[in-house]
This record gives sequence, structure tokens and C-alpha cells, in this order.
Amino acid sequence: MPALVQVRGLLKDYHMGDVTVNVLKGLDLDFEQGDFVALMGPSGSGKSTLMNILGCLDRPSGGQYLLRDADVSQMSDDQLSEVRSSYLGFIFQAYNLLPQYTVVENIEIPLLYQGVRLDAQTKARCVALAEMVGLGDRLDHRPLQLSGGQQQRVAIARSLVNDPRLILADEPTGNLDSRTSDEIMSMLRELNKAGKTIIMVTHENDIAAHARRVVRLRDGMVETDVRNDVAA
Amino acid sequence: MPIDIFAIPAAPVPGSGGGAGLTKLLRATGLAVRSLWLHKLRAALSVLGIVIGTSAVIALMAFGRGSMQDALNDIKRQGATNIIVRSVKPSDDSATSSRSFVANYGLTKRDLGRFGTFGDSLIRMVPMRVFPAEVRYLERMDSKARLVATTPEYQEVNQLRLADGRFLSDDDETQMQNHCVLGAGVADKLFPFEDAMGHSVVIKGYDYRVIGVCADRMPTGGTGGSQAAEDYNHDVYLPLSTTRGRIGETVTFRQSGSRAAEKVAVSQVVLTVDADFDTSDGRAKVKAMGDSIKDVLKQEHYKDDWAVTVPLDRLEEAERAQQRFTSLLALIASISLLVGGIGIMNIMLATVTERTREIGIRRALGAKRKDIIGQFLVEAVVQTTVGGLAGVVIGVALVFGAPVLARLLFDAPLPAQLSYWSIALSVGVSVLVGVLFGLYPAWRAALLDPIEALRHT
Repeated sequence: MPALVQVRGLLKDYHMGDVTVNVLKGLDLDFEQGDFVALMGPSGSGKSTLMNILGCLDRPSGGQYLLRDADVSQMSDDQLSEVRSSYLGFIFQAYNLLPQYTVVENIEIPLLYQGVRLDAQTKARCVALAEMVGLGDRLDHRPLQLSGGQQQRVAIARSLVNDPRLILADEPTGNLDSRTSDEIMSMLRELNKAGKTIIMVTHENDIAAHARRVVRLRDGMVETDVRNDVAA
Repeated sequence: MPIDIFAIPAAPVPGSGGGAGLTKLLRATGLAVRSLWLHKLRAALSVLGIVIGTSAVIALMAFGRGSMQDALNDIKRQGATNIIVRSVKPSDDSATSSRSFVANYGLTKRDLGRFGTFGDSLIRMVPMRVFPAEVRYLERMDSKARLVATTPEYQEVNQLRLADGRFLSDDDETQMQNHCVLGAGVADKLFPFEDAMGHSVVIKGYDYRVIGVCADRMPTGGTGGSQAAEDYNHDVYLPLSTTRGRIGETVTFRQSGSRAAEKVAVSQVVLTVDADFDTSDGRAKVKAMGDSIKDVLKQEHYKDDWAVTVPLDRLEEAERAQQRFTSLLALIASISLLVGGIGIMNIMLATVTERTREIGIRRALGAKRKDIIGQFLVEAVVQTTVGGLAGVVIGVALVFGAPVLARLLFDAPLPAQLSYWSIALSVGVSVLVGVLFGLYPAWRAALLDPIEALRHT
């Protein structure tokens, strides 16, 4: 069975006036189904750019990005939206909940764009997800009434609502204290154990230690690629 | 924390039926209302232009129609297919009548004969002689009375209603009967406590038997310039032939202390044209008749002692005024709706900038460009539609409230007639303004790069 994500010779250039910056210089990476990968690297190494391309928010300048078997790199804007909607889940550093919606409604947002009928069944799923992340008693709260850790848990629930193939977490603990970070990380590990594939950007070693595999980028190339779980 | 992801109800299959368009629209509307509700005051202020525009259109339209209807009714009371030819005392009379004591001017019986040759399209010709006179009954007197010598058709032309008795008949005319019909005011004055019917009143030394009393009659308005307001309630109607025999061609009367005499064969002729004033053909017929009458009079009279009034001209004048008013109103309405639309566009552009991050989040979570366009378009349309409906409520309240207020405060009538299509039109235009002026901000929102938008603080 091929890897869930196959990146082949991935290029990304940015044009700033006359200057062209090569951020990704022919990246080759595979991510297996069920893996939990930490992407690390100094700023400017290209890890954010890679995450944007993996998250179908950006298109590569060259090379291939196969998600399962579909070549995502050649898709139109609408098709990329459909891929995000159906196959991807996002967890952001700044949580990115919508302040005017309640916890349950925030979890529901990805379903709004899936072309599905919103009924009691989908509502039950959102509520169950909120309960799963420990917010069963705060279903009707607004994001601003929640702590940072609680907001990130809502975001995790939201990333799961469309049952994604791949969860992309961009520094999910960047805004949290160490105790709350541990809670969030153990939650992600639980999800991974339950079969979810997670790719996470971080620059903290102890956060990366939760992942099964750590990939370090430097100057748009893979510097090291280490498996934690093999050693353990 | 143990997580059992398999305990969660299954995710719906993407694209498994998005629900009917209507439920989708309702949901989008609900979400838009909630977003707007976060900034109630801002949303309310930004649609103020639309509210004022629509309420002004509805109210002004109603007042315009109301006063137009008033004018039309007035004209129709005069008879829209009538042509009124009157004798007018020339202003430079002393120069032409060789300082005679008796002023001799106006329409003659010859003129009437010429009008008679115009053929079948003239279905009626009602000549009148009008002069002031005193009317007495015993010791009671009405000095303000106006003697109207005319033919029986007068009743039909002027749609005169009788309270009692009958109007002059053909027999009265041919046999020169000493009969008269009193206006309501005259009858009131001379016979305050008894029935006027059958009694004899004295006019210029002769007795006339009262054969009928008119019902109270509304005066015609003095609009149109050429015709003064007339009060018909002090009229006394006599047969034309009787007047000619009893009083003769010359009429003497007192005028502000001095005596004056006039020789006027016919004071006024009302000609009725057989035409339908609702069709352009009919109107042309009436006008052509008016023109040929003017031509005849110009040839026959060397003095400027006649005037032709065509009420239809006033009707058309009123209609033209109404048209001008309506197009002016349309202009004002489009300006106010344009201003309102710009207000909406302004606030929507600000909203898009302010919610850039939200747009990025929604895009990341799977929203397509058209979803973003839809979201902001619906917000704009919800605002303008609510604004338009508020304008309708205020406008209708004005239409019903302002006339009451005008009557209470100024004792002036303010005719208003609500037109339902103006309500439909202004609500429709409000929706359209929302679409037109919401489109550009929504399009800007949709074109935002999701990555940039997510980075926005």
C-alpha cells in the first residue's frame, strides 16, 4: 500500500521583485498512514511553506504532491477546497475559532462547506466530539469564555468532525503553558493511537518527542529524518 | 485522557445531499443575521440611507397620487369632454364702445348658430346668461344671488342634483314660463322655515314660481388660471327665453355704489363633445373642436371679448405635472438608494477587512470562493432588505399619519393614496441594491489568499 502522502521533487519559489527565493528545493518525503510526524527546523527552513502545500492552501512551483493517489499539485482552487473539506483537518497555533459561534457551532463549521444536510445526526456528532475533548459542560459557550487550552481542544474536535485522512497541526501548543501543552499533546497521541495520521510543526524538542517520527528541514532540504518509536 | 474515537457518530459522507436550496438559504440568512447582530448599531446606521430612501418614495408617491386624484376629480366634475366658451369684458372697453353707458360685448346668438354647424360630434350646447341680481320672497332677500338663465340640458352637463322638485324643462323654455330653480343657499336664505316649492320669488320686478331646489353643490376649484372658483349654491336658474323676454338684452345692476349696465347676449356656452377622454383619439377630438371654436371666434370678434376653456387641457396639464413629479421622485429615489448602496458597500468593505482572519479560517476549513461570496452577499442583502422593509413601515405610517397630523395642526387636507406597487418596487430595489453593492466587497473577500488571510491579526 503506497504512503498516504508522497512528495516528489517539491519546489516552491517566491518572487519578490526581481529576486527569486527558492524556499523548497526538490523535497522528497513520504508520510505513512497512521504516522505522527513532527516537522522541525529553524525559521526560513521551509517548514511553514511545506505545511501550507500539504494543507492544500498553496500550490507548489514544481514537483508532485500525491495525497493517497490524487495529484493535488495540479488542482484548481475549488478542487483544493474540496480536498481540504473532505480529507484534511487543521489545528492552528492561534486556535482560530470564530468568536460569534458557540463551541458546538465552531465544531460544525467544516460540515457547512461539505454539502451535507445539517440535522440532528450531525449535531449529535459535534456534541459527542465536544464531550470527547472534555467540553461536554460548555457546549453553548463562546470561544472568548474559554481558556486557551479549552479553545485548542475545541479546535481539535473541529479538526475531527469531517473524519479527515490527515490532520495538520501548526504549532498547536505554541500559545499554551507547559501543563496545558502536555494535555493537548497526550490528546493528539491518543488520536494517533486511534488511527489518525498527524503532521505537526513545532520547534520545541520536548513537544516533538511526542511524535513517532521527527523530520528536520534546513534551507528547503531534509536535514535529518529520525523515527522515535523504533528506538523506544 | 482516554479517547475512544469510534464512539463518535460517523461523519456524514461529503456531498450527500446539501438539502434543498431554500433550507440552505435560510441557514445562510440565519448565520448572516447573527454576524450582523454582533454590530447592531453599525448595521442599523449603514442601512439608514435605504430606510430613508424607501420611506420617502412610498410617502411622496402616495401624496403625489392623492393630490393628482384630487385635481382629476375636480376636472371630471367640470366635464372632461366639455368645452366652455365665456364672454369676457375687454379691459380696454372704453376705447371700443365709444364711451357708451352700456357695455356691449361677448358672445352673440350668431356665434351659437355657428357652433351649431360643427356637426354630430357636438352632442350638447348649453348657453347661459349670468348676472348678479337680488332675489326676494316677502321681506326676505338674497342680494348675493346669481341669476343663471339657461336651457334644460344644463342639469345634465353640470351633473346637477335636485333636493326637491324638477329642473327647467323644454316646455318652460318654449313657453317662456315664469319658473325658477333655486340653489341650496338661496333656498336656505329665503325659506329658512318652510318649503320653497310652489312659492313665488321676485326677481327684477317679476314673479317666478319655484319648481325645484338644488342639492348642496361643491364649488369648483380655481385652478388652471383662466377660471375662477365658483360657488353654485347662490345660483337661481331661469329659462333662457323667459329671461330674454322679461329682462331683455341689457342688464343693469349696482356695482360698488355706481350703476352699470351690460349688454351680453350669452355669458357662457358649455359644449359637450362626443368623445372618450380616456383614449388619445377622444382627446384629440376634443382639442380639435376647441381649436375650431377659437378660430371661428377669432374671425367673428374684433374685440378680445371671449375665452375658451378646455378642461381637458387642465387634465393633461395635471397629468404632465404628475409625470414630472414622478420622474423627479424617481431621480431622488435613485440618488438616495445610490447613497444608501454606497453606505452598504463601505460598511461591507470594512467588514471584509475586519474579518479577513475569519475568511482565512473558513477557506482553510473547506469553504470555496463562491461560499465566501455567498456569505457576504447574503449579509449585504439581509441588511438592505431589512432596511427596505423598515422603510416601508415608516413610509406607510407617514401616509396614514401625516394627513391626520395636517388636519389637526394646520386644518389642511393632505390627500394621500397608497400605491401598492410602490411598496413592491421599493422592497425589490432594496434587495437589488444589496446585491449590486454587496457584490464587490464579497468578491474582494473571496479573492483573498487563504494563507495571507490566516496570518491577518
